[in-house]
Amino acid sequence: MSSPGHGRWIIVATLCVAMLLMILPMPEWARPFRPQWVTLTLIYWAIALPHRVGVGSGFIAGIVLDVLTGTLLGQHSLGLTIVVFIAIQLHQRIRVFPFWQQSLGVLVLLVIEHLLALWVSGATHGTTPGLNYWAVPLIGALLWPWIFVTLRKTRRHFKVS
Amino acid sequence: MLLLDHRYHHLQQLRSALAFLTYPLYYLADLPFTASRWLEETTDSRESLQDKNTELRRHNLRLRAELQKFEALQAENMRLRDLVGSSFKVGDRVLIAELSSVDLDPYKQQVVINKGSASGAFEGQPVLDAQAVMGQVTSVTPFSSTVLLITDTSHALPVRVLRSGLRTIAVGTGRIDELRLPYLPTNSDIREGDRLVTSGLGGKFPRDYPVGKVTRIDRSPDAPFSNVLAQPHAHLDRSREVLLVWTVPNQLPNPALLDQPVTPADDAASEPLTTANEGEGDSAPAASPTPPTAGEPAT
Repeated sequence: MSSPGHGRWIIVATLCVAMLLMILPMPEWARPFRPQWVTLTLIYWAIALPHRVGVGSGFIAGIVLDVLTGTLLGQHSLGLTIVVFIAIQLHQRIRVFPFWQQSLGVLVLLVIEHLLALWVSGATHGTTPGLNYWAVPLIGALLWPWIFVTLRKTRRHFKVS
Repeated sequence: MLLLDHRYHHLQQLRSALAFLTYPLYYLADLPFTASRWLEETTDSRESLQDKNTELRRHNLRLRAELQKFEALQAENMRLRDLVGSSFKVGDRVLIAELSSVDLDPYKQQVVINKGSASGAFEGQPVLDAQAVMGQVTSVTPFSSTVLLITDTSHALPVRVLRSGLRTIAVGTGRIDELRLPYLPTNSDIREGDRLVTSGLGGKFPRDYPVGKVTRIDRSPDAPFSNVLAQPHAHLDRSREVLLVWTVPNQLPNPALLDQPVTPADDAASEPLTTANEGEGDSAPAASPTPPTAGEPAT
């Protein structure tokens, strides 16, 4: 078994990769469809290791994401805090679900995060995004099984617990 | 916290500090593109380089010829202004910056550039491209800064109609190719095709830089204001190089900092417009503002 400090770096590293994916340039048509990588990663860690990744981690990750994407400070952290909280509350149930059921649960979490972000941006600068705004959580939910498997492999490989 | 950031901008320092920490991520995201461009440049064939060089030389010559005319006009303008006792001074300094290939929130019109406070950039600094006004700097870190484009919904730009001198405000619509002029009465003197330039009111943007062109006017008799749309001249979604502008002398950074990135050796090939201006030295005001008429032929 490794030291407790060891696992933290793996979690931070996966989050960094997720953040990188959030700002990586994409073609213009694909930009509105970028999945919520950071949210997905955080949900995984909250379900897998609820004693290590908590609401505080969600908050900090959200702030960093806000700075990174130039949104209002707190817009992402509000959503991520709430999503991580719900994920931790339900982690024992979600863990035993089959993949497709997990994806549905994750879809709900992603929609909540997205809705909160929409409220905040709507209240502050009034751009109303089109219907494809809601494709983002759907894409995220479709990606969930792969993210889950990848992160579980990573976690087991580095023996993070 | 949301409220604090939105209303009072108290968290700017926290944001800057965090942005400094996240700079490596920007750098990493941009790296593949910088690398591929570098590779492309170093493996460019001799012939194509020569072709490019001749073309740029020709371009430079033409610009210089235009500049001569412009200088004479400027001198005349200053003399006339002296006669009427106005204290207005033409002359700004510029620095070339490059966009980083980084995507931000798709619902805000923002870009990241690779020059920050280490090069003297400051919050509220106007940013131009080769055609027209692009936006202003909203947050700076030592090595990068975020630029809010003029088409963002939270951006308003004081403009003037070049033909009639009518002053108004251009507001972003959230679409990359559209500006709105919401405060024009139905009987105001404005036509489709009118050119808009910055008015210099508000103090952030220097005056007389080109902004865009009026594309559509809807006048309905029962509405107090007409609905006017304009198209920005700047290639907001295509420009790779942008210009940071200093207008007020006390905002100028250390001249050593300024001249170093725009020495002819460095940028002569990429930006003939600026090198022509930078040769002027420190005491004489450099003739960098593109006059509204010279904006078009330069493209």
